[in-house]
Amino acid sequence: MIEAAEPENSREWSDPEVHEGRLGPIFEDFAFFFSRVLVLFCPQSAVDLRSFACEAGAAGNSCIKDLSLGCVLFVVPVLTKLEVESKVREKNFRCCGAMTYFPDEVVEHIFDFLSSHRDRNNVSTVCKAWYLVEQLSRLRVFVGNCYAVRPERVMARFPGMKCLTVKGKPHFADFNLVPHDWGGDALPWIETAARCCPGLEELRLKRMVVSDESLELLARAFPNFKSLVLISCEGFSTDGLAEIATHCRGLRELDLQENEVEDHGRQWLSCFPDSCTSLVSLNFACLKGEVNTSALERLVARCQNLRCLKLNRAISIESLIKILARAPNLVELGTGSFTADHRTEAYQNLLNAFYKCNSIRNLSGFWDAAPRYLQAIYSICSSLTVLNLSYAPAIQVNDLIKMIRHCFKLQKLWVLDSIGDKGLAAVACACKELQELRVFPSDVYGTGIAAVTEEGLVAISSGCPKLNSLLYFCHQMTNAALITVAKNCPHFTRFRLCILDPVKPDPISNEPLDEGFGAIVKSCKDLKRLSLSGLLTDKVFLYIGMYASRLEMLSIAFAGESDKGMVYVLNGCKNLKKLEIRDSPFGDAALLENVGKYETMRSLWMSSCDVTQGGCKALAAKMPRLNVEVINEREESDEMVENPSDMHRVEKMYVYRTLTGPRDDAPDFVWTF
Amino acid sequence: MEAVAASYVKDTELRLGLPGSEAPEKPAMRGGKRALPEDDEAAFCKSSPEDASGLRSVGAAPVAKAQVVGWPPIRTYRKNNFQARKAETGADASGLFVKVSMDGAPYLRKIDLKLYQGYKELKEALDSMFKSFSQGESSRKEGCNGSEYAITYEDKDGDLMLVGDVPWEMFTSSCKRLRIMKASEARGLESKQ
Repeated sequence: MIEAAEPENSREWSDPEVHEGRLGPIFEDFAFFFSRVLVLFCPQSAVDLRSFACEAGAAGNSCIKDLSLGCVLFVVPVLTKLEVESKVREKNFRCCGAMTYFPDEVVEHIFDFLSSHRDRNNVSTVCKAWYLVEQLSRLRVFVGNCYAVRPERVMARFPGMKCLTVKGKPHFADFNLVPHDWGGDALPWIETAARCCPGLEELRLKRMVVSDESLELLARAFPNFKSLVLISCEGFSTDGLAEIATHCRGLRELDLQENEVEDHGRQWLSCFPDSCTSLVSLNFACLKGEVNTSALERLVARCQNLRCLKLNRAISIESLIKILARAPNLVELGTGSFTADHRTEAYQNLLNAFYKCNSIRNLSGFWDAAPRYLQAIYSICSSLTVLNLSYAPAIQVNDLIKMIRHCFKLQKLWVLDSIGDKGLAAVACACKELQELRVFPSDVYGTGIAAVTEEGLVAISSGCPKLNSLLYFCHQMTNAALITVAKNCPHFTRFRLCILDPVKPDPISNEPLDEGFGAIVKSCKDLKRLSLSGLLTDKVFLYIGMYASRLEMLSIAFAGESDKGMVYVLNGCKNLKKLEIRDSPFGDAALLENVGKYETMRSLWMSSCDVTQGGCKALAAKMPRLNVEVINEREESDEMVENPSDMHRVEKMYVYRTLTGPRDDAPDFVWTF
Repeated sequence: MEAVAASYVKDTELRLGLPGSEAPEKPAMRGGKRALPEDDEAAFCKSSPEDASGLRSVGAAPVAKAQVVGWPPIRTYRKNNFQARKAETGADASGLFVKVSMDGAPYLRKIDLKLYQGYKELKEALDSMFKSFSQGESSRKEGCNGSEYAITYEDKDGDLMLVGDVPWEMFTSSCKRLRIMKASEARGLESKQ
């Protein structure tokens, strides 16, 4: 914690001194007085921080650089108290140096305007007074790694917590690289919250193990509980959901995204009592089993505020039609199977149902969509902003193109690669507002036909200038295409490219893809997340280290030639938070080159690399505030497993900063050095 | 390209100890990783250290066909979804094969529904396939016009349906197997409809 610095010169700050003018000199004046913070009051409300910083560009780049080193800039609407003290003119910024004269309530009010966790974390380090004000007023808490800090400590620091987000397993757990019972149990968090923060209203968990017991406790221990969001979690069944439905009075949101849920046959949905009318969002698309459709229809009818409803595959079109009739104000809809027995008049009824639903902006589902039914939604396509067809392999590319032509307001599109380059060209023509595109492979295991190539991506980049987020599975990519994409779309914040054949070079030049990715990181200055693939040498990492200064998450697979690659990244990317590497030739020298870096990051994952046990031990010895976990999956034929030597190559290593020391729930195949 | 390939292989060769030191080749104590128990795909095998360097070299032919754990990086949930879908429809990239049984025939046949554009072609194909098993001269295997046999199919829900009612695409997507049924039985099926 840093106390407010005394001014180096002897300026007396008896009255709030008001400076008018541009950002530069003012910032420099205050940069030494308050070591971390500058407060500005702006007559307009909700001025965008970044555009403000750009407008004040006359200050020169030096001031804006200071911002990223931990200085925080506030832009807040003028408070009534201070309006008295000075006149407010259009675009004039006023500075007040005497933050210490403000009572705590005023400081707290100023903090209310800070929504990001990072800003709130920063202000809490300015001085003790601000730390106390901030901790008592913090409502939303984000824990990026459940093992970085104990639940007790979090809840002691933030007793007023209303919303808690916790993430568990490392990202590569999504791809089966983390053993099943590695950890990430949610129960300690729920138990502690039940004791210390019974006012909890929202809980969001990602990649955690959530048992039915946890859900039961959650349902009973928090009288104001409103929202449960589970993403990529496992360990629970419909029994746990039944507890939530039964006991959470006033539940507003139950959002289950891509979880593995066991179906125990319990009619959990029927457990919502007749008195439950508060639901705003219900997403059970990932459940495999059937629900009682009449109970669902009644639930939908009595929850007049329902705006998001995502049905699972077991729901037929006939049910969907009845549901839509009772919920014409839906904004987000997951359609269920979207297929029906041909003998009914489902199509006409469906058309009518959708005509009435003119609030729908977000569509997903279509699990078994038959082309004839797809036409029924053309009437709402023109108002859609989000469309997820990535679970709909039955939709053929020509039907897709017909539909896409109507979607000119689309901002987010998720599709399968069966859309082909032709389909992507159609998207590029129609969807000028597109910001996010994800293209998933439809043929997951076979080599199949090359569905999308670099041509599709280039078409999208030239047609959709607002594109900032990409996940693209393809069979091939060229440097030239990536360079073109980089030029067309300099605003990428997330760029994830997966060439299905690992280590595939540019098929035209046979070169590695270093130059292509280099162009991306050079052009996209706001890039926060990057995933690499294809044939790559150390050079791409040189580029990343040089240019990707805002990069926070980097995923590397089958890339690089030597330790230098990893070292470029560790030394260069100063905002790096998560680094995950698999099957790349980085060893102990790279691991130990910049050990201090890992305390500035959330985590490092390395699997099938060249790191040895000795290297891991050395890292753990140098950095006691890191947990260096080595995951040893046993082989029946492996005699060396009991006492492997330090030369033994480590198959999977997970390193993360922590305040708690080695965790006490590690299974026996996880060794923490 | 060959020279490049060779240098890549050398550079990416796994060695014990820190780079720069010459160390002997590591003994194969981790040869032949077992497949993860959750995976039904028998071909899912992890690369052993000796293979790993091959994976990183240019143009290694096995790479394209080898199935590596966790690659391509798709969430398990999504992968399971597609696996389940494939198992249901019995479809794969190369065809839509369904079993065809005929009452009284000693063995079954399999046909690829993707090969036919419509019911007429299907019926002709079945005709020629089962000609040897039919009795009498006028066994046309048309549906309901007093011939020897009727063609039925089992759909996704497990119901026995008469072939020919629904549009062809809908039929191919829901047909699990075909059964050529004796006319006497078939009449019973029709009268229910």
